[in-house]
Amino acid sequence: MEPGEIHALLGENGAGKSTLMNVLYGLYHPDEGEILVDGAPLRLKGPSDAIAAGIGMVHQHFMLVPVFTVAENVMLGAEQVRGGIAGFLDRRRARREVAEVSQRYNLRVDPDAVIEDLPVGIQQRVEIVKALTRDVDLLILDEPTAVLTPQETEELLAVMRSLKAAGKSIVFITHKLGEVKAIADRITVIRRGRTVGTASPTASRDELASLMVGRSVRLTVDKQPAAAGRPILEVAGLVVDDDRQVRAVDGVDLTVHAGEVLGVAGVQGNGQTELIEAIMGLRPVLAGTVTLDGEQVNGWSTKKVLRAGVGYVPEDRSVDGLVKEFSVAENLVLDIYDRPPFGRGLSLQPDAIASSARERIAQFDVRTPSADAPVGTLSGGNQQKVIVARELSRPLKLFIAAQPTRGVDVGSIEFIHSRVIRERDVGTAVLVVSSELDEVIGLADRIAVMYRGRVIGIVGPDTPREEIGLLMAGITPDAAPAAESAVGAASPAPKAQRRAPDAATPAPVGPGSEDET
Amino acid sequence: MAVPDVAVAQVDEGFWTRTRKMGAVLLALGVISTVLFGALATDQQARFTLSETEGGAALEINGTIGAILFGVITAAAGAALLAGVPKRWLTVLLGVGLVGFVLSFLCWQVSAAPEGRNFMPMVNMVRGTFILALPLIFGALAGVLCERSGVVNVAIEGQLLMGAFSGALFGSLSGSVWVGLVAAAIGGAFISLLLAVFAIRYLVDQVVMGIVLNLLAVGVTGFLYERLMQTDAQKYNSAPRFGTWEIPLLSDIPVLGPALFRSNLFLYLGLLLVLVIHIALFRTRWGLRTRAVGEHPTAADTLGVKVLRVRYRNVLLAGVVAGIGGASYTLALYSFTKNMIGGKGFIALAALIFGRWSPTGALLAALFFGFADQLGTYLGAIGSGIPSQFLAMLPYLATMLAVAGLVGRVRAPAADGKPYIKG
Repeated sequence: MEPGEIHALLGENGAGKSTLMNVLYGLYHPDEGEILVDGAPLRLKGPSDAIAAGIGMVHQHFMLVPVFTVAENVMLGAEQVRGGIAGFLDRRRARREVAEVSQRYNLRVDPDAVIEDLPVGIQQRVEIVKALTRDVDLLILDEPTAVLTPQETEELLAVMRSLKAAGKSIVFITHKLGEVKAIADRITVIRRGRTVGTASPTASRDELASLMVGRSVRLTVDKQPAAAGRPILEVAGLVVDDDRQVRAVDGVDLTVHAGEVLGVAGVQGNGQTELIEAIMGLRPVLAGTVTLDGEQVNGWSTKKVLRAGVGYVPEDRSVDGLVKEFSVAENLVLDIYDRPPFGRGLSLQPDAIASSARERIAQFDVRTPSADAPVGTLSGGNQQKVIVARELSRPLKLFIAAQPTRGVDVGSIEFIHSRVIRERDVGTAVLVVSSELDEVIGLADRIAVMYRGRVIGIVGPDTPREEIGLLMAGITPDAAPAAESAVGAASPAPKAQRRAPDAATPAPVGPGSEDET
Repeated sequence: MAVPDVAVAQVDEGFWTRTRKMGAVLLALGVISTVLFGALATDQQARFTLSETEGGAALEINGTIGAILFGVITAAAGAALLAGVPKRWLTVLLGVGLVGFVLSFLCWQVSAAPEGRNFMPMVNMVRGTFILALPLIFGALAGVLCERSGVVNVAIEGQLLMGAFSGALFGSLSGSVWVGLVAAAIGGAFISLLLAVFAIRYLVDQVVMGIVLNLLAVGVTGFLYERLMQTDAQKYNSAPRFGTWEIPLLSDIPVLGPALFRSNLFLYLGLLLVLVIHIALFRTRWGLRTRAVGEHPTAADTLGVKVLRVRYRNVLLAGVVAGIGGASYTLALYSFTKNMIGGKGFIALAALIFGRWSPTGALLAALFFGFADQLGTYLGAIGSGIPSQFLAMLPYLATMLAVAGLVGRVRAPAADGKPYIKG
């Protein structure tokens, strides 16, 4: 790092960016290797050593006490006190310090505001002020834009520029290519815990993207053209909130026909999760209807929806898909344990469960030591196959698979994909949600792109990736040219530029593919 | 990632805001007291004497008139809230309403008491309230110290008991109240040390650990009481006591003077501690760090605050305070008996919650509980028909309502009870 430099650290989720920076900030201790500051090795016992060495960090999850005021948060750990041993806080001085720093770097914050009342963007500003009052020379920003709105991101980039002008160095961790190109002086790309290359911001997006995720492997799925039948799932005007009561699905209309795969593409967090959960009866529907084969099912319990002929592969298998401590055989009947032949009256029928489990294990190629092994001991791919086996063992009208191959090895991906297509071919309607564009393109007969809780476009699977990518960034074809030019140039129309950071996100290609082997 | 620019849906409370609901409850109480207490009260004068006896200056009011007057005041306060006054009036009007209700009730009770007993000595009431509240004050302060740093302190009962025991034992052996006092502090701190080590170092569930420590304290002190103290009570269980220290000038204030400022060390110490801890918690570096550790330990850690050290220190301090609170029994009032705290530690825990984890709040809550207790005693003395158990129930009822969020928002420190694991 040089003084007054903005150094971007680019990498996929889980590539090791945050871990590296936590080591640099003294929160984690290195197993090997050393850190050099001005040529001298630095040993950090804790964050206070890092602060003393002039390193400050803005964490991805803010390190602010929500019930404290801005000034209290800023002074914590470095309090100015009066009155000797009693240690009375010098609030006036803290307030003045906050005011000074915010003025010098143009970071407007009210020192007496309580953190929990402030919007996320301002909270982040407080974090930066906190670091600056400690006289840091090097500021680490860990995924600072992940939680910001485009406007807030724009403001943050401006702040970073003014810090740079004041001679501070910044490490900027992100996986968004657009932001990197807009602000970085130098780029280091990390993949799977290793530096895989450095680049200058003039490098093209494709170069950066391929460095970041490795050579892209296009997953091809053998399939015949779909023979779409009658509509099975019809979603109309659906409105759903997320856990924080923020609108997540904002008027979605979708139809899935028998015998076709509808793929839902989109950057994560654009309402896909909530859409699926609402269909499954896991999340209240605020407005709109969900119709399954002519029958309105919103308001039904999840059990009733499942019994009506819906198969569901949840996006997080360890939380929602399996009971890890239960055996493979038990997990295979979680949906129908209370029905014959697996349950009769109050009792389970262990023999029926065991024999059906053996059958299913063979049929779905689950690699497990035995049907009685706890499912948590299996590899990710085999766990996923257990879920798929369970869900496909009922007669289905609709099969919903959310992130069906996340964290799954290549062999299992192929197997799961072929089962999805086979299900389609027997006439089931299939809805696949994936944040991996290749998977969606490979499986789907039609692709719905979600952006900010809306379906922004429905396209065919042979649409160019770039076009889908732009849709995922919220740019519809007619607006596209303006946004393209925004990325390279410094100051085009503000509206287009705001979108530029997001436009970068869809570019990454499936991380699971090649690296898993 | 992409945050939808739809604002958070506003929760529309409609007509029945919290203020209005409280108003409705007060109005109902006011009507009940006006009608019921007014009807039951007699035409006798209800006398509230400003001394410890029947004689001397007194505030007097006709029983029926008083019961009705104060009932109407309560109803009026309730009606004002119901009519939708600004929210900042809530606390004031709520206070006026509840005091009115209590006074209306007292007018009925005092005026209906038999001849010769139909007066209420205010000095005794105030003094009794404070004496009964004292262990609660110490206990709740111990809770504040502990829980503000993020360690749940269910072991207050045990800390009080151990303090009372070691105060009595070492006070007796040495013949010095001061040695007894120090021993009591160490006794309380000993229970705290166990809590700290198991909760902070070994991550044992803090509530479970607290309960276990209470049982341990009952067991150990009970055993030593039977096997040691009872063998030679003269030697082991006859601690000297702190005498009454009259504070000049202040003791001349009517009612409050004789009630509060002719008292022993513990009352002065308790009130002083409330003040000191309140200032320290909100105005000093120690307080800021304590609260940070109790709210968001990771944030404190990233700023170089030693989370575990802060917690150890605070838990031990809590033990010292509670230990001294236990000694307020054995070094001022009674000799030690088995399980003599008798659940006061748990009421202190309730006072802590009712007082919203603040020292002054805890003081007010403790006084409220102490008053309920004292009122029960008084009603028994004047031969009232109201069972004292009914009043003894009040503290718990009030705490339940408080915890359920009916009396303002009660929020524990965010990291209370959560062990901190680095990394």
